[in-house]
Amino acid sequence: MSILVDKNTKVLVQGLTGKTGTFHTEQALAYYGTQMVGGIHPKKGGETWTGSKGESLPIFSSVSEAKERTGANASVVYVPPAGAAEAIIEAIDAEVPLIVCITEGIPVTDMIRVKARLEKSKSRLLGPNCPGVLTPEQCKIGIMPGNIFRKGSVGVVSRSGTLTYEAVFQTSNVGLGQTTAVGIGGDPVKGTEFIDMLEMFLADDETKSIIMIGEIGGSAEEDAAQFLIDEAKKGRKKPMAGFIAGRTAPEGRTMGHAGAVISGGKGGAEDKIAAMEAAGIRVSPSPARLGTTLVEALKG
Amino acid sequence: MNIHEYQGKQLLKSYGAPVAEGVPVLKIEEAEAAAKSLPGPLYVVKSQIHAGGRGKGKFKELSPDAKGGVRLAKSIEEVVAFSKEMLGNTLVTKQTGPAGKQVNRLYIEDGADIDRELYLSILVDRSVGRIAFVVSTEGGMDIEAVAHDTPEKIITVAIDPTAGVTSADVAKLNQALELSGEAAKDGETLFPILYKAFVEKDMSLLEINPLIVMTSGRLRVLDAKISFDGNSLFRHPEIVELRDKSEEDDKEIEASKYDLAYVALDGNIGCMVNGAGLAMATMDIIKLYGAEPANFLDVGGGASKEKVTAAFKIITADPAVKGILVNIFGGIMKCDVIAEGVIAAVKEVGLQVPLVVRLEGTNVELGKKIINESGLNVISADDLDDAAQKIVAAVKGN
Repeated sequence: MSILVDKNTKVLVQGLTGKTGTFHTEQALAYYGTQMVGGIHPKKGGETWTGSKGESLPIFSSVSEAKERTGANASVVYVPPAGAAEAIIEAIDAEVPLIVCITEGIPVTDMIRVKARLEKSKSRLLGPNCPGVLTPEQCKIGIMPGNIFRKGSVGVVSRSGTLTYEAVFQTSNVGLGQTTAVGIGGDPVKGTEFIDMLEMFLADDETKSIIMIGEIGGSAEEDAAQFLIDEAKKGRKKPMAGFIAGRTAPEGRTMGHAGAVISGGKGGAEDKIAAMEAAGIRVSPSPARLGTTLVEALKG
Repeated sequence: MNIHEYQGKQLLKSYGAPVAEGVPVLKIEEAEAAAKSLPGPLYVVKSQIHAGGRGKGKFKELSPDAKGGVRLAKSIEEVVAFSKEMLGNTLVTKQTGPAGKQVNRLYIEDGADIDRELYLSILVDRSVGRIAFVVSTEGGMDIEAVAHDTPEKIITVAIDPTAGVTSADVAKLNQALELSGEAAKDGETLFPILYKAFVEKDMSLLEINPLIVMTSGRLRVLDAKISFDGNSLFRHPEIVELRDKSEEDDKEIEASKYDLAYVALDGNIGCMVNGAGLAMATMDIIKLYGAEPANFLDVGGGASKEKVTAAFKIITADPAVKGILVNIFGGIMKCDVIAEGVIAAVKEVGLQVPLVVRLEGTNVELGKKIINESGLNVISADDLDDAAQKIVAAVKGN
């Protein structure tokens, strides 16, 4: 098993005709035949997208039409920041079950509008400002490099793209591999938080252990730690390793990710590390030792 | 992006918020005329810098018992005398760090008779994904101390984005701030105005500390600290015009031209990394091995050779940098592009300090080959642990 996506996932691309959308759609098609089923462009409906190796996909003028015609159950958004929120809302209105937004730089007030729509909907949103989701040898949505993955038993969830790659690469190197890796994104207001993903990994039989990577800003890691403590009391628990980026970040400065900022004395790394350790997660002081720390956690 | 208090007040005034009359002053000759244009007899002379704690701050150039960066003047002569002491001097506050900030602008404002000082801010409450008011009756002081010592005195009211500020929200805020009579009526008008300004101008923080109840019973915005969401500036050219570059770090201004996420820090190891999380983690690991990072720098996911070259030049131009660590995990970013960018930069500006490069991911072999065949004195590293240890050792000279 895996979470969120597998070989049956059919994916639409919003923003397919741009440079980024085209490049990553080619990559996804090349990754174990991920089922990319169509693109959306309001003015190019009926046309055909062609990749650099001759791949082709139909273009539809709306998400709802594309969903109806292709049976898609997921959509990935590469639309630039100014139009990305409207693209997500279009996918919500079309009742696409899984929406993955890669776009970085969406205004936060736009995301507040999206979040309000999302709460009343049937959709799950991953991101924005995230690398996507990948289940090894089955489905790749987003921009993660497929070649570092290996089919296995570790669930990876992270607020950071490149640190997801570190966790994947290291768990591949120690021979564990992954069930699914999920990037939830670096923005302050986003579709999915750690708790939802931890719930799915705890429920997934093939996921034997979990790596959770957080960073400064907000309190999602503390909330997740409390969730894990509550679940452990019910007897649901898996070995976990973790990492928090930004121990050395100065207060009040936004560190690349819009959500990575310590403000008013809140959102600092030490509080998060303490909360995660209290929940039984082995927090590695070094991002280079995620794999080996998880191996130690598995030994108990 | 931050703006000055006086700019913030002008903005809020344009929405109809009650602010005092005031005049910004950039040259000392303007101070007297500014004061004369105000009704008097009380004036406030306020240093305009992008940092809080101005009232309790101290000027480096003045004696330690001199008054702070916000002063009450009782005559036009006093306004002029204070302006002379403040303009051009360096104000050190709790938020500026020991170096302080030079005061290049003053704001001369009509004084007010204060009955009560309150706290009001609007921010994005991440836990619920909504805009929220944060208010307290304990205004005029350090709100973080209030939050720490008496958290029950801080009330948060999150706003439903589809409904906006409702009469129920107004009632909650008035009650939390213990407003009644004229002040409560002012609140009814003010709270929706502030929310509207926050949303329309894409602010990330609007902090009024203090919001005052005057002896007349009316509300007034006595201070305004406003930050804007950097991701929204593309649709607010009128806000971008308010930017005061003299308040920003030169290296950060240069980096912003190339769309690089860069934050200047106090250490001596320059870092160039792809991805915000990995860039923070690289800073952390340098500290873990006993040194300090000179900067945060995320070159981004799809950086070009030109962008990498620009990033490298910004790092090497910093005289504090005694060593450089390049750490790349290529996903979209290809290692060979990074390698070519680094080499192009070194050829242009030279390399006076040790350089450690760690490459992993897409096209890693090609990237390593380019570096190795360049003939440059580059120390290569296998993983991030190895890279951090090597650069720390190189900088410490062993």
